[in-house]
Amino acid sequence: MSRAAATELICPAGTPAALRTAIDAGADAVYTGFRDRTNARNFPGLNFSREEMKRAIDHAHGSGVKLFIAVNTFAAAEDPGPWRQAIDDAARLGADAAIVADIAVADYAARNHPELRLHLSVQASASTLEAISLFRREFNIQRVILPRTLTVAELARLIPRTPVEVEVFLFGAMGVMAEGRCALSSYVTGISPNLGGACSPAEHVRYEQKPDGSLVSRLGRHAISIAKPGEAAGYPTLCRGCYRTNGRSFYALEEPTSLNAVSAIPALLAAGVRAFKIEGRQRGRAYVGEVVAAMRKALDAAMAGKAPQTLATKHVAEGHHETLGGYDKAWH
Amino acid sequence: MKRSAATTRPGTRARRRQTLETAAAGLTLGPLLHNWPAEKRRDFYFRIADESPFDAVCLGEVVCSKRAHQFDPHLGEVAERLRRAGKTAVHSSLALVTGARDMEFVRSAAAREGTIEANDLAAVELLRGRPHHVGPYVNVYGEDTVKLLSRLGATRICLPIELSAEAVAAIAKASPAEIEVVVFGRIPLAMSVRCFHARSRGRRKDTCRFVCGEDADGLPIGTVEGEKFLAIAGCQVLSHAYLNLAGEVARLRRAGARRFRVLPQAADMVAIGSTFRRLLDGAIDAKEAQARLRTLTPRAVGFINGFVHGQPGEAWIQVRAA
Repeated sequence: MSRAAATELICPAGTPAALRTAIDAGADAVYTGFRDRTNARNFPGLNFSREEMKRAIDHAHGSGVKLFIAVNTFAAAEDPGPWRQAIDDAARLGADAAIVADIAVADYAARNHPELRLHLSVQASASTLEAISLFRREFNIQRVILPRTLTVAELARLIPRTPVEVEVFLFGAMGVMAEGRCALSSYVTGISPNLGGACSPAEHVRYEQKPDGSLVSRLGRHAISIAKPGEAAGYPTLCRGCYRTNGRSFYALEEPTSLNAVSAIPALLAAGVRAFKIEGRQRGRAYVGEVVAAMRKALDAAMAGKAPQTLATKHVAEGHHETLGGYDKAWH
Repeated sequence: MKRSAATTRPGTRARRRQTLETAAAGLTLGPLLHNWPAEKRRDFYFRIADESPFDAVCLGEVVCSKRAHQFDPHLGEVAERLRRAGKTAVHSSLALVTGARDMEFVRSAAAREGTIEANDLAAVELLRGRPHHVGPYVNVYGEDTVKLLSRLGATRICLPIELSAEAVAAIAKASPAEIEVVVFGRIPLAMSVRCFHARSRGRRKDTCRFVCGEDADGLPIGTVEGEKFLAIAGCQVLSHAYLNLAGEVARLRRAGARRFRVLPQAADMVAIGSTFRRLLDGAIDAKEAQARLRTLTPRAVGFINGFVHGQPGEAWIQVRAA
């Protein structure tokens, strides 16, 4: 485990407050986005103005923490300006890396800012040595955030052959679908997550109380989940909705659940994983503080060779349910 | 391929120009996303070869490498029958490539003779420097992307299903590669390493027993309030409704699309292909094409065309005749 000393915990920072919280709780690096559609968490009240980003970078660097900027949506036809500007500003402000997904954005960055370190976003869906090699050769990416589609065994085969550092997801919302290649939300709302940076955008979400006290969560006109009286209403995310098929109602794609890969940390470290990512830029300070502290503890213990601990994180998980997701073949 | 005499008789200069445009519009049969029995699939493609007006036909397994071997014994004879009928057989590669089995499958697909359609950047990398096609599963949202893909060897690019007509126009204008758009069928919306078909029967991918074979047109997924919504094809999620861009074909041609893709459904694909061919040839108008497509589509299945209008994909926008 010689690489363990350099292992990084990458933490979400949707707001300047969450950023300070993540740093205080033990982040090695934080990832952020500008306040526009150039990043995949373009939700109201989130993200950073250029001025806030400058201060965030100063604060992170002053604390010995790296700051990455996600520019991980796809440059729109006739309108690549915002993505180019985001890359220009990431370089100008001194971000430690830009996280990119679109080959057009990666190309712009590589040509115009060769000194800017590039990480390949999970949104690029690069799950093979060949796809990673393409991005490495053409755009000199330094790290890949692997999609949540590979089992631990597959990761262990892939990592020794990759020419770049590998970052994987440790905790947070589940990627049920291949990320960056999902049109379910735009099918219902007309807003492409790849172009607009938001899956299930809030302005299309409605909660509706039924006479029997149950609460229906809707995306557009569709009922995506129904909470019985007293149950918490789920956010209507299409890949974790309740559907009806052949007369039976069930979670046809996936249950409301969150990823928790703490139990896999030793195997992931042994496989050569360089960085562990916590999902959740849309989450508040309390969540960020609690989860970052728990994951810091788990990662430190694993790096010290101790057995993974069971952490009390279920209460922050979606549906109060956790899964190893795609890391486990049984999930497929 | 036979065309009606009316479209090849030269008339005024304008009409001749129109005829040239007509001749340039290609019609592709996309890859089958469902798991039909091998013999049924073979006979389907024989009929497509012998009777349909498609000039390019995508073979190859796009959804699941595990089930691909089932059709392998027939792939050669089907490709040969298509070739003898004057059609181009295109080998479409797997859309989601994860793990060694998938990658080996893509490697063998890319090593085939003839034209390969890359549906993942892993396949693009394998085909780099060799002329190839790029399928609708590869993210292409802007002008720079088509230029880059063309530089890597793409000669034809079928655009993602969620683009607006304006985006198609901008991309086509910039593209050195020929631009194709999907115009008919259940559109793929998402994919996963998880097999949803297996899940629907309480199974996993490893123990699936190929239950995907039980739904020739996909497994319908409704909302809890009973609306028709999605359809499952193995590890892909499709729209329940069929995309139908018969009313938008003229606009998409003006936008620079040179080729139109129809996805195979459990319906009379020869008649559906002929409808689009006649529409592209100017032998019927959009209104007549729509009427025919309605009778050729299962009654329980609706039509959608929202994405091309910049609307939710599931929307159906009435268009006036162009």
